[in-house]
Order: sequence, then C-alpha cells, then structure tokens
Amino acid sequence: MKSLRLSRPPPAALFRRGALRPASTLSASTSTARPPPPHQRPRPALQQRRHASSLSQRPDAKYLMFPGAVKSQFSHELRFVQPSAHEALPTYRAVDQHGVVVDPSFAPDLSDEEVVKLYRDMLTVSIMDVVMFDAQRQGRVSFYMVSAGEEAVSVATASALAPEDVIFCQYREQGVFKQRGFELSDFMNQLFANHKDPGKGRNMPVHYGSRELNIHTISSPLATQLPQAAGAAYALKVQRMQDPSVPPRVVATYFGEGAASEGDFHAALNMAATRSCPVIFICRNNGYAISTPTLEQYRGDGIASRGVGYGIDTIRVDGNDFWAVREVTRRAREMALQDGGKPVLIEAMTYRVSHHSTSDDSFAYRARVEVEDWKRRDNPIARLRKWMEAKGIWDENQEREARESIRRDVLKAFSEAEREKKPPIRAMFEDVYEELTPELQEQMKQLRRHLEKYPEEYDVSPFEGGKESLDK
Amino acid sequence: MTSPSSLRAFSKALAPRGASRRLLRAASSSIPALSPAHRRSYSTHPPNAKLNLPTDYSTTPLLAHSPHAALGNPELPPEVRNGTTKRMNLFQAVNDALSIALAEDESVLVFGEDVAFGGVFRCTGKLAETYGGDRVFNTPLTEQGILGFAIGAAAQGMRPVAEIQFADYVYPAFDQLVNEAAKFRYRDGACGRSAGGLTVRMPCGGVGHGALYHSQSPEALFTHIPGLRVIMPRSPLQAKGLLLAAIRSNDPCVILEPKILYRAAVEQVPTGAYALPLSKAEVLKEGSDVTVVSYGQPLYKCEAALRQAEKDLGVSVELIDLRTIYPWDRETVFRSVRKTGRCLVVHEAMVNAGVGAEVAAAIQEDPETFLRLEAPVARVAGFSIHTPLMYEAFNLPDVARIYDNIKKVLEY
Repeated sequence: MKSLRLSRPPPAALFRRGALRPASTLSASTSTARPPPPHQRPRPALQQRRHASSLSQRPDAKYLMFPGAVKSQFSHELRFVQPSAHEALPTYRAVDQHGVVVDPSFAPDLSDEEVVKLYRDMLTVSIMDVVMFDAQRQGRVSFYMVSAGEEAVSVATASALAPEDVIFCQYREQGVFKQRGFELSDFMNQLFANHKDPGKGRNMPVHYGSRELNIHTISSPLATQLPQAAGAAYALKVQRMQDPSVPPRVVATYFGEGAASEGDFHAALNMAATRSCPVIFICRNNGYAISTPTLEQYRGDGIASRGVGYGIDTIRVDGNDFWAVREVTRRAREMALQDGGKPVLIEAMTYRVSHHSTSDDSFAYRARVEVEDWKRRDNPIARLRKWMEAKGIWDENQEREARESIRRDVLKAFSEAEREKKPPIRAMFEDVYEELTPELQEQMKQLRRHLEKYPEEYDVSPFEGGKESLDK
Repeated sequence: MTSPSSLRAFSKALAPRGASRRLLRAASSSIPALSPAHRRSYSTHPPNAKLNLPTDYSTTPLLAHSPHAALGNPELPPEVRNGTTKRMNLFQAVNDALSIALAEDESVLVFGEDVAFGGVFRCTGKLAETYGGDRVFNTPLTEQGILGFAIGAAAQGMRPVAEIQFADYVYPAFDQLVNEAAKFRYRDGACGRSAGGLTVRMPCGGVGHGALYHSQSPEALFTHIPGLRVIMPRSPLQAKGLLLAAIRSNDPCVILEPKILYRAAVEQVPTGAYALPLSKAEVLKEGSDVTVVSYGQPLYKCEAALRQAEKDLGVSVELIDLRTIYPWDRETVFRSVRKTGRCLVVHEAMVNAGVGAEVAAAIQEDPETFLRLEAPVARVAGFSIHTPLMYEAFNLPDVARIYDNIKKVLEY
C-alpha cells in the first residue's frame, strides 16, 4: 500500500517543550513550595526556539523563516492557489468490487477463520438492521439507525485496533461494537432500554456504550466526540509517559462528512495536531447528511484535504473494501504511535444506502434509482464475500446457513430483551451528580408521594421495583 | 398526556412511504409477536386514568375549531378579521408565515440544515421552489456557522430566518447568540447597527421518546440574555402571527416551536398576513381563585387540569399564556395574581433556575402583588435532571401534577 504521507508534522517534542516532565520530576515539583512568580519562571522551550529561528535568518536566504510558515519560498510570481489545480487525493483500494485483489503488495494478515468471523460481524449488523428497522415500523422500538453500505468501515477499522484502544463513535457504527464483542443481547437490551441496559433506559435506541469494550457511550450531537477523542488520546499518551509499563494505546473516533462541518471537527484536528495526540480520525463519507448532499456540505476535496491543512497524515480509502479499510487502519495505528504520538485522518468513501434513520424518508430528496444503482454496483458485504468465495473459504451453503442462524439469534435476543422489565424509576434521578443532591432527593420523594396519591394516573408496572424504587 | 398520534409526530414527520412498506412486508412476519401483557409503547396512558388522558386536540378550547373562532381574535387587524381562514397544523402555519414573509419582504432569507427539501419537520416545504435557492437554502452542518452567518446578514440589512434543526443542537451557536446577536446594538451605540433582523427558529420539547438530545426546552438559557426576545407559540394561529412579528421585529428573536404540536395541533388560521404582539401575554381563560401561568404545549395540560379542578373543587381558575417568555408581560401576570392571590407556573424545562423562578420572584417582589398573595407561588416543571427516554411520563408536567398543585395552592 502506498500511504499518502502528504504532510508530516514535526515529531512531538513533548519533553523538550517543557510541557511535561517524567513522573519522577512531576512528583518532585509538586512537593516543593510555590512556583516562582511568572517573570522569574523559565521561558518555555518552544518560545525560545521560535525567537531563535526568526533571528537566525541569513541575509540571502530563499526562504524567510516566518514564525507561521517556516519553509515558504519567496516567489516573484503573483499566483493564487486554485483548488481545482490539484488532483483529487486518490482512493486506496486493495480489492475491487469483483473481489479481485488490485494491490500487488496486498497480503491478507488474517487466518481464514478470522476473516469469516469478521464477515459474520458485517452480516450480523446488516441482518439486525433489517429486523430493527421493521421493529420500529411496528412500534416495538421508538427509533433505529441502520448501517447499510457502511458495514466494512466500522467492522474493518475496529478489527485493526487493539482491544484496549479507546473508541468514540458517532452513531452509525454498530459494526465497531459487534467486532469488539458486544453481544446481540447487549444491542437489544439497549434498544429496548430495559433494566440490563447500562444506559439505564435514559438514551434513545442505538446509543450504545461499553466500559469493558472501551467504547464511550454514544451522544447524539454531532462532532462533539472529536475534540474529546483528541483529549482522551492525550491522556493515554501522558499516562504512558508517566508509567511506561502501560501498553501503547490509541484513540479511534468516527464521524460523518456532515459532522466535519461542525466547529468541533476543526478544533479537534488542530488540537490533536498541536499536542501530537495518538488519535485516528475516521470519517465515513457516505454522501449525505440527512438530506444534504456533499456538494452543499463542502466544496473542497472531501474531508481528507483538510487533514493535510492541519498538518495531519491523511489517507482516503474505498470504504466498501474491507481489506483496504483494515490495512489503512492498521498502518494508521502504527503511525499514530510513532514519534511519541500523532493524529492520523482516514476518509472512508461509502454510500449511505439506507435512510438517515427511521425518522427519515430519503426518497423525498434523492432518486430511488440512485440508491438501486449503488446497491447493484457495490456493497461491502458482497465484495468481501466474492473475495472469500474466490479463495474457496465460503460458498452459497455457508452463506445461507450463516444468514439463517444469525437471523434466529437476532430474533431470540430481540424477544428476550423486549420482555425484560424497564430500569427502576429511581434511575431518572441518579448520575446527574455523583451523589443525589438534597434537591434531587426531595424531588424523588415528591414524585414518590405523587405516585402514591394518584396511582391510577401512572403505569409503574413496567419498571423494576415499581414506585418503591424511589424509597431507597 | 398526549394522543398516540401526536406522540408519534416526531417519527411521523418523516415517515417513509413506499420503501418502508416494502421492508415491512418483507420482514414483518419474522418478528415474533408479543403478548398484549408485554406490549408497551413509550408513553402510555393507564387504563383507569382520569387526569392523565391524551390531549384531545380536536376539542380543546385552546384551538380555533371554526373560522368564526379564529377571526374573532381581537388582536388581528381588521382586514384579516374580514378575510378567510384555512385549517392548518403548526408546521403548515409556520410554512405559511415564512411564505408570506418571503413574499412581502425581499430582505427575508430562510436557511438551515436540510431546509431546502422542506426541513425534517416540513416547516420549509416548497419555499425553495417558490422563492428560489438564493433566498431559501441548505447550510452545512454547523450551528455556530448558521447563526454567525445570520447575524452578519442581519447586520447588513437582511432579515434572515435561521433554523436550528433541534433546540438540543443550538449550543455550538451560543457564543454567536449571547455575545453577538444580543450585544450587537449595545456595543455599536450611536453607530446604530444591530442584528435585529435576525429570527432563529428551533423545535423544542418532549415527544414521548426524544430522550436526552431530542426533548430539551432550553428557553431559560436564552431568557437570561438581555437583548434576545424569546418566544414560544402554543398553536398554529399563534405560531403564524408571532413568527411574522418576530421577522418584522428589529430585535433578534428566538422562537422555540413545541415539535409535538407540529402535526397534533390543528386549527383554523387566518389566511392573510398578520402579526401578533410580542412581549404581550394572553389571558386564555378568566378566573378568580388561582392563576396558572404557562406557555407552549403544557398549556393544553393546564387547561385539562383546571377544568377538572373547577369541576371537583368548585373554583375558578385563570389561565395565562406568556407567549413571549422574555421580555415578559409582567403587568398581565401581576394584574391576574392581584385578583386571584394564588399562582402556579408550569413549564416543561427543568425547574431549577427556570422561567418559573423568574415569574415567582417577580410576583413576590412587586409590593402590591405580594400583599395579595394567599399562598406561595408554586412551580410545576421538569425535575432537575436531563430528559431521559423511559421516564418522560414521570418527568414532564402532566395533568395530574398540575391538578394536584392547583389543589395545593388553594388549600394552603
């Protein structure tokens, strides 16, 4: 794979910058008395370097060492840079839509069993999507979001990460959860907001989260997860500096091309670059932000071109190509851990085959034929299947058997989760603060008295412990 | 609470047609049916409830069910009162107001996320086709961008109507609203420029299953900001008149539209162009023993509660819709409370530091009103928590809680 190392930020000089010291000196300094007043403090190393560089300008230099653009050559040609003059960044592919390997350097790094497992993860997401979309239409759950067309992006990227890497999702990454070991019952308990849902029935369906799997709970607002991912990556980096016995870890975070219009996206990339954070930004560019097509979302060369602008190593990849996405993520993880850590941006090109959510009818703004065309032309699941069949590790019978058994398992988990009780009513007051405040305790009592006084007006039977849960 | 059809307004807003039906046929038989005992939707109405019944929007006296009722509104200009009406729901009334504003004033612009195809709640349907893509358009997905852009356009003489897709997503634009829109005129002083042409619309409130990020009512965060006019309409007729007033107003206006009413609330709406007064409350029902102050969707619950209280307790309750939540019509509220001596403030948003706190404090601070108080001012509002999925029926004010508090202030 030819990686797109278009711009390479300088290696992280964390220690030299004086921002952080090894743990031993950290603890030593905290035990001493007050720091000296500001004017007596040593100047940070970075500032000293900047001053030095602008002073070291040689008289006949072709470059002026501007502090903000240190290698800009003087030019006597007055020319504006036109985006159209640049070729679009290429899209890396290992396997084409017929399942044929196109990168001669590509070699699968997984056993047959491992490939089949990941293929089944993608199938599971896809089958669960059909069942749950239908369940929403029947009023069995209030909301759902499908991943159709984007199964490879989530499953393949997750497969290239270490289990202890930390993940911040957007909301269309069921595949990440599945790959990491989220069980069908885990999905269903969240979707039905029952008492086994770790979100305690507070969140909308598809807002999964798992502490054991190192995936933060999904939040609906777009792009808020991105600067958090940069900060979390910085935390991992600092923690490893302070305790080298901790294994090196990265943060991976997901978002759509629409979310990349939010200010948080820009803040995240810039902060991750300036603090050299080991974070992989994974963009699912699926062509639509609800109804808004990419043409109305941005005018540049996708999202990848922005990574370059922030000094971040960047690559664009065919999001329907399981192998390409996996390989790119594997390399990105290595790079993110090099030189003390740095961010990497992956833009995975896909197509949102489905509606945005169960609240959306995408045929109000895009032609049915466009969707049908895409489905026919390419599909991440079909592509990996073709590759597997060509390799002789998968056939029609296995496909049928897999689909049937997954479907059975999904429906079983569905029925079980639907019958479970809802979490106790008390959960609505908990976790606002670490401890219930006196005000919240009073409100809980107030609700308890009210439910006692008007028993006919409320149905507390679905909730574990009924109204008595408010007594504890 | 609300009728099953209105509870589904949010999802129905974009309910798929052909495609979903196909999927339904393809897969429905495979999902095991659930016994009735296990079947429960997100907000149910208990079988024996007498108070917490679904709001019947087809009979509520808060909506104008006949042209006569609509045109009898004394706040309407004479030419509109002599005109015609049309049955509309709230999103259609918003659409009608936007269409009138775009037609009557070239400086009006309408934009936001997914606005060109009609918006996720259909408020901007057909506007791009009718008035052109230069005046009605999609923006990239950036709330701070949308409102900063709108403020700039307003400062240069346009009348932008910017849509934030859900009130829950307005926070990235907080800097632009608080530090820019609200302070623009103040800092420009004698230079005389302002962002007064700005109108921001955003759907708010609970729908039964919106959970943390599709249920919020953040009006109190804006009522703390001098310089912004904060408005919440209760009905289609009100939405049209208040939105036109906001667009014509030379102050930046924030309109929160209760999204549960977009489809549920249907009434006769005058077809002509009319503005309803801003910062003016409306007495919806006169009474002598208790004043209930509210705004937006809870007014329907207040109406049901006070009807029952009047029946059960033989009292008379006054109902006031603040309409503009800030700067609010203190005089109308004071006048009422001086008469009744008792007051209850009802809103969906969290009780802590909410609009109820402001109204209650102002009432006890006004010497003449304070002396007439027979009971402490009560508040019925959301608890001091976030808006959780499964517990909405326990969290938002309902008829039983309002009824109970009317009783309490009377029995004090």
